[in-house]
Amino acid sequence: MPLTDDAPLLSLAGFSKSFAGFVALDRVDFTLRAGEIHALLGENGAGKSTLIKTMTGVVTRDAGTMRLQGAEIAPRSAEEAVKAGIATVYQEVNLAPNLSVAQNLFLGRQPTWFGLVREREMRRRAAALLTEFGLAIDVGAPLESYSVAIQHIVAIARAVDQSARVLILDEPTASLDAHEVEVLFAVLRQLKARGIGIVFVTHFLDQVYAVCDRITVLRNGRLAGTAPIADLPRLDLVRLMLGRELSEATAKRPPHVEGAARAAVATFAAFGKEGQVAPFDLTLRAGHVVGLAGLLGSGRTETVRLVFGAEKADCGTAEVDGRRVAIGSPREAMRLRFGYCPEERKTEGIVADLTVRENIVLALQAQRGALAPLPRREQDEIAARFIRLLDIRPPDPERPIGLLSGGNQQKALLARWLATSPRLLILDEPTRGIDVGAHAEIIALIRSLCAEGMALLVVSSELEEIVTYADEVIVLRDRAHVARLTGNAVDVPAILAAIADAPAAPAAAHA
Amino acid sequence: MIRSLARLMPVLATTAVFLAGFLVCSLVYPNFASMRVVMNLMTDNAFLGIVAVGMTFVIISGGIDLSVGSVIGFTTVFLALAIERWGVPPLLAFVLILVICAGFGACMGAVIQYFELPAFIVTLAGMFLARGVSFLLSTESIPINAELYAHLSDHAIRFGSGARLTVPAIIMLAVVIGGMVLLHLTRFGANVYALGGSRAATALMGINVPRTTVLIYTLSSVLAGLSGIVFSLYTSSGYSLSAVGVELDAIAAVVIGGTLLSGGYGFVFGSFVGVLIQGLIQTYISFDGSLSSWWAKIATGLLLFAFIAFQQITLHLARRPARRSGRPSPPPPAAIAQGVVRP
Repeated sequence: MPLTDDAPLLSLAGFSKSFAGFVALDRVDFTLRAGEIHALLGENGAGKSTLIKTMTGVVTRDAGTMRLQGAEIAPRSAEEAVKAGIATVYQEVNLAPNLSVAQNLFLGRQPTWFGLVREREMRRRAAALLTEFGLAIDVGAPLESYSVAIQHIVAIARAVDQSARVLILDEPTASLDAHEVEVLFAVLRQLKARGIGIVFVTHFLDQVYAVCDRITVLRNGRLAGTAPIADLPRLDLVRLMLGRELSEATAKRPPHVEGAARAAVATFAAFGKEGQVAPFDLTLRAGHVVGLAGLLGSGRTETVRLVFGAEKADCGTAEVDGRRVAIGSPREAMRLRFGYCPEERKTEGIVADLTVRENIVLALQAQRGALAPLPRREQDEIAARFIRLLDIRPPDPERPIGLLSGGNQQKALLARWLATSPRLLILDEPTRGIDVGAHAEIIALIRSLCAEGMALLVVSSELEEIVTYADEVIVLRDRAHVARLTGNAVDVPAILAAIADAPAAPAAAHA
Repeated sequence: MIRSLARLMPVLATTAVFLAGFLVCSLVYPNFASMRVVMNLMTDNAFLGIVAVGMTFVIISGGIDLSVGSVIGFTTVFLALAIERWGVPPLLAFVLILVICAGFGACMGAVIQYFELPAFIVTLAGMFLARGVSFLLSTESIPINAELYAHLSDHAIRFGSGARLTVPAIIMLAVVIGGMVLLHLTRFGANVYALGGSRAATALMGINVPRTTVLIYTLSSVLAGLSGIVFSLYTSSGYSLSAVGVELDAIAAVVIGGTLLSGGYGFVFGSFVGVLIQGLIQTYISFDGSLSSWWAKIATGLLLFAFIAFQQITLHLARRPARRSGRPSPPPPAAIAQGVVRP
């Protein structure tokens, strides 16, 4: 590893950023050496993207200093960051798909002769540049005629050619297949050999261990730790990301009561969709909570979207009450009395400008159809009942829901589905982004729903929480269900071991 | 190679349609296939050809400019008043109107960029504004009797047998060639395509998007002004109702010429042929003598429809088949060695 010297290439100190009172980054330090590939990891909301955006000036930071090769810099836009030597390649290829590869590489800095672009010279340079990256392609062809992997390499080549010393890759491998990932890694190793510092954001742990030199983990906007790859085995890394070290022991689990006799509400066999999640078996029973655990991008949300028909499965069968059913759309799922509270509350769940009452009756109204409007009196009754039942505050049904706190929005969303009296309720990260007090209330709610005989399928990153209410936990990794823990086997270390696939914990895979 | 051909397909198809149409006309009317008819075709459609070039830039960038017809009308009225009533020398009047048009276009571009408004609405407002102001200036047709006008309409390159390449036609050809150079051979042209491909990505690539947007609409309005000058030369008058609906003819010519209405793809040459096709239809009708001139609109409408359908199909075919099979190979060790900055 040709480290040019011990002084860091890029160092950030005390980076902080809040959005409207929410602390997204809290005094984060980060150093990048020349010629290293540095993984930046963390779960959803850990602050990875905020850190990158503040580094590149897309978002202005509240506090903190940044030094590039010892000189303090403060870019105010992506353009300025590029000029300073920090280039970013996003998951979405940010190039013009309709232009030729050569134009994309040199847009804005094409070689010219009296104002005219020297097309032949530009193509020659483009071909030469891409040869360094192991690509021998027709640079005159439009970019969109190439695979996403090649488009990524073109984007990297453009970034590096603009005198980048620091290259930030934000989940570049999310849409690549295994071979394409290898090609990209070959390019990264080559750039590393040239002394370029690379920040690599991903949620594929295999890739981290395949290509990175050091790891920095963020959690809840704070620096959770930085370590060379050799000092941080997988299990420790997962622990660091999920923040379990101290709290593991404190996670208490109520004595478990075997409930195998309870009736199956829905059974899925070899259910799956190519590119979303590998085929899985899943049985959901009345009064039974199934938890889905795994890292970001492991296929948890994909699983529940399949179950709810938001994505159409391309293999396997679904049975509800012993009858074969096809769940092709959320409408059909709702007809089977399934309910789904999505993870992205803001974009997929609440309608911010409507009142609490309108949000609560939304699903019930949709179920009845537009031709049978709920009488206003009935709406008022339903809203009042759930506001009381779930203790939604302030208890004003006519308040726009956007003005409520996250926890109360979440409760109103729950109320929306409870109003349809579902048999199966799917909760995707029900405690995300809400304060600690509300966490406990939501968990208590989940327990009481379960006691009333509803079947629940809950996705959560909060392992301590999941073990307190789940009768069964399914662990996902790389878009496949890899372990199923039931009864007393459900505990935090077992889940962690299954996520990390640590062979040292044989108790994990217990079916 | 195949991809590049697919890209040229719409333009080739347009050109083929024009040539086929010309052949049919020549077979039906033996006098049709003459230099004279071709030259008249260019003269009669010169003003449309000029605005169509500007419209090509706008549409490729992902926008639209509905104001050009009104700008032409305004230009003719302004020129007539300036030359005949206010005593401004014609050449100075030309310069003045082009500057006014440039300012008008720059304003529209700036509003579109900085207020993040759709080009459709902004230029629609521009259309009403320009037309309204020309009515305000004068509601009647004002003849222009300046010496320069008489001189310019006499001036032409003659080919014998009555064929004349007139000044309007020369200006149009110059604009078409200039437009081709600007769009296909300069950085500005590449930026126009990039904007149509992805506005957000273009900004992230460090291209000055606001400046490019303002320049595009400025160019379109200046060309509309130039078209107005040509129109006034052609009619030797200024009238506030002239060139009503020309913006739609220009859009039709651009689309028939193979430019994608959603932006990102197209050629100036295609728009030029699109204009010629529309002119050809009109010439056919005037040769026939018994057909109503509205048939020109009907034929244009059918052609437009056919071309849009054709574009969708070719786009579909071009995008569908397997992405380039050429898989990347890992970099050769030699390349890695070259890239090493320090051992």
